[in-house]
Amino acid sequence: MNNIILKVENISKQYRLGLVGTGTISHDLNRWWHRVRGKEDPFLKVGAVNDRSAATKENYVWALRDINFEVQQGEVLGIIGKNGAGKSTLLKILSKVTSPTTGEIKTKGRIASLLEVGTGFHPELTGKENIYLNGAILGMTKAEIKQKEQEIVEFSGCQMYIDTPVKRYSSGMRVRLAFAVAAFLEPDILVVDEVLAVGDAEFQKKAIGKMKDISRGDGRTVLFVSHDMGAIQSLCDRLIVLKNGYVDFSGDIPGGINHYLKISELGSSMNYANVATDFGIEKVTFLDKDRQEVNSVMVGQKLVIRVDYKNFDKRNLSLSIGFLDNFSNFKFACRSDVLDVTYKDNIGVAYMTIDKWPLSEGSYHYNLAVHESSVMLQNIKEAGSFRVEKGDFYGTGKLPGKRGSFYIEYQWE
Amino acid sequence: MNTKHKDEWLYTISSKRKLIDFNFKEIWRYKDLLFLFVKRDIVTVYKQTVLGPLWYLIQPLFTSVIFTLVFNNLGNIGTGGVPPFLFNLAGITAWNYFKECLTKTSSTFTTNKGIFGKVYFPRVVMPLSITISNLLKFGIQLGIFLGFYCFYFFQGTEANMNQHMLLFPVYVLMMALLGLGLGMIISALTTKYRDLSILVGFAVQLLMYLSAVPYPISEAREKFPSKVALIVEYNPLTQITEGFRYMFLDTGTFTWFGFFYTLIISIALFLIGLVIFNRTEKSFIDTV
Repeated sequence: MNNIILKVENISKQYRLGLVGTGTISHDLNRWWHRVRGKEDPFLKVGAVNDRSAATKENYVWALRDINFEVQQGEVLGIIGKNGAGKSTLLKILSKVTSPTTGEIKTKGRIASLLEVGTGFHPELTGKENIYLNGAILGMTKAEIKQKEQEIVEFSGCQMYIDTPVKRYSSGMRVRLAFAVAAFLEPDILVVDEVLAVGDAEFQKKAIGKMKDISRGDGRTVLFVSHDMGAIQSLCDRLIVLKNGYVDFSGDIPGGINHYLKISELGSSMNYANVATDFGIEKVTFLDKDRQEVNSVMVGQKLVIRVDYKNFDKRNLSLSIGFLDNFSNFKFACRSDVLDVTYKDNIGVAYMTIDKWPLSEGSYHYNLAVHESSVMLQNIKEAGSFRVEKGDFYGTGKLPGKRGSFYIEYQWE
Repeated sequence: MNTKHKDEWLYTISSKRKLIDFNFKEIWRYKDLLFLFVKRDIVTVYKQTVLGPLWYLIQPLFTSVIFTLVFNNLGNIGTGGVPPFLFNLAGITAWNYFKECLTKTSSTFTTNKGIFGKVYFPRVVMPLSITISNLLKFGIQLGIFLGFYCFYFFQGTEANMNQHMLLFPVYVLMMALLGLGLGMIISALTTKYRDLSILVGFAVQLLMYLSAVPYPISEAREKFPSKVALIVEYNPLTQITEGFRYMFLDTGTFTWFGFFYTLIISIALFLIGLVIFNRTEKSFIDTV
């Protein structure tokens, strides 16, 4: 059981902010002078937290701070985080491109990285020659590549162009070929960074399938960095969320994704408030059955949404609230005009009631809109987000399994 | 996978560095990469050019002609009875190999930062491959030199190879080690401070004139101020160009002291270069 293949201990990485140049020599000399006297590097004591948007007076920043985690053999570990949270730095350290400022990484297997595929392709060489070159760069021997050449070519789907210089390839073809080479690499630990961003849907599916094979079939360990929650969900066993250079969450996939969405700037609020405009929806409040404000919604419970609006000028306008899941898939909408209800006050309040909340647990967003017959007058996309907790929908204390994304009322006789 | 004990780690990535920390086993594992790089360099340099490798010949030939005109016709430098053109061609052929190794390896980190920033492989593979692929160019230039050598030989010029030809491979090795060693030192230093890379092109040019390429040591001893003559004589590169001419053309001087002196300096420079290069490769990507 306890088969740890990779152990990351207290990894930190410090970078210098601003230009490398001014004052560099003096800092280098200072560092050297401390080292000569056997003292600690003075610049390791300073350094700002890696928060992209914050202002700082420090010259140094901790891109990563005290990262600790372990990876089991055969596990697929997802790493997510906002831009600049330290994901790529972590992968660079793991793949030995740069060394950590402090800390240690211990591994029982060989690590190969697949960072931005296609680096190392020489444009003048043919596809086949590049397969060999890229394979060797990634650590394969010539004999190993030769053995897999046919499979690689087939997987890439670039048979026709294999004897053509890579400079004539489309960017998608380049990615296909590069991913194919890397996919047939046989490292114990594969590090993958955002490769699926390029390539068409068919290839993405193929690539995810291949990565599943790599981990499930061959028992190899994969570290996977992506912003694609769909890919993370279908591939990973466990998730680490990085924030400002720290490990902010480590655990199961749904929990990690929710955590990630919670810390991301977009839609962190449940209740929407807008005082900037002088027309339309001003405020949205989530209430429970007793009309008390709530922080989350529960499956099967009564939900009342209070909408404050203004300046409808006796125009008979309709209100609408639409619900979307984490991945911005539209779920359902509650439009007042469908029920022949319209509003016309200058300062008014509308209540929308859902007797039994149907969508299963997770994070959701909502859109708001105001219509005049079929013309949209106001449209607020992802006005807010909220969490749905597990709840007793059927009043029996029992719930069906995890499959399915909503509950409906039904009878059996 | 063997996981008998919990503490049996294959390797560790850490911030601590040892002064000398080579992993020869690892470099050996990447030998195929070395040869693929060599092949890539050779195949791709002259793709989409009309004359192709002929360009390798044009540069030394024209330089020799100019040198002959300037130094021998105009400057009256003696070449010890050897046709001045052949004399210059010999010096340039030897010098070129050193120069190519030095200038190409000295920019290893800066020119390859794209690939170095993405994938790990022993960085030293890169300068090694450059040195090896330059051998081809050297071979072609040596060929043209030998062609002219035969031409002059059949015209009755006295220019005999001597038994020191046996040392030829050692000379090539010394040239490679010197170029590689210096190149690695410079490449490591240029990652943080770019000044050196500007200096290299210009310094190499000057160094050539201090390495007895267009003149023999005897002329330097005679005509240079004594201190400069000393610099020229103890410049290991002088020993190489002079020795190269000595074995092919039987002109100039050869001493075993000079030979071993150069050999030791080459090996020392190479080792120093390797150590510095190795220390830099771990974190250069943050400063380059």
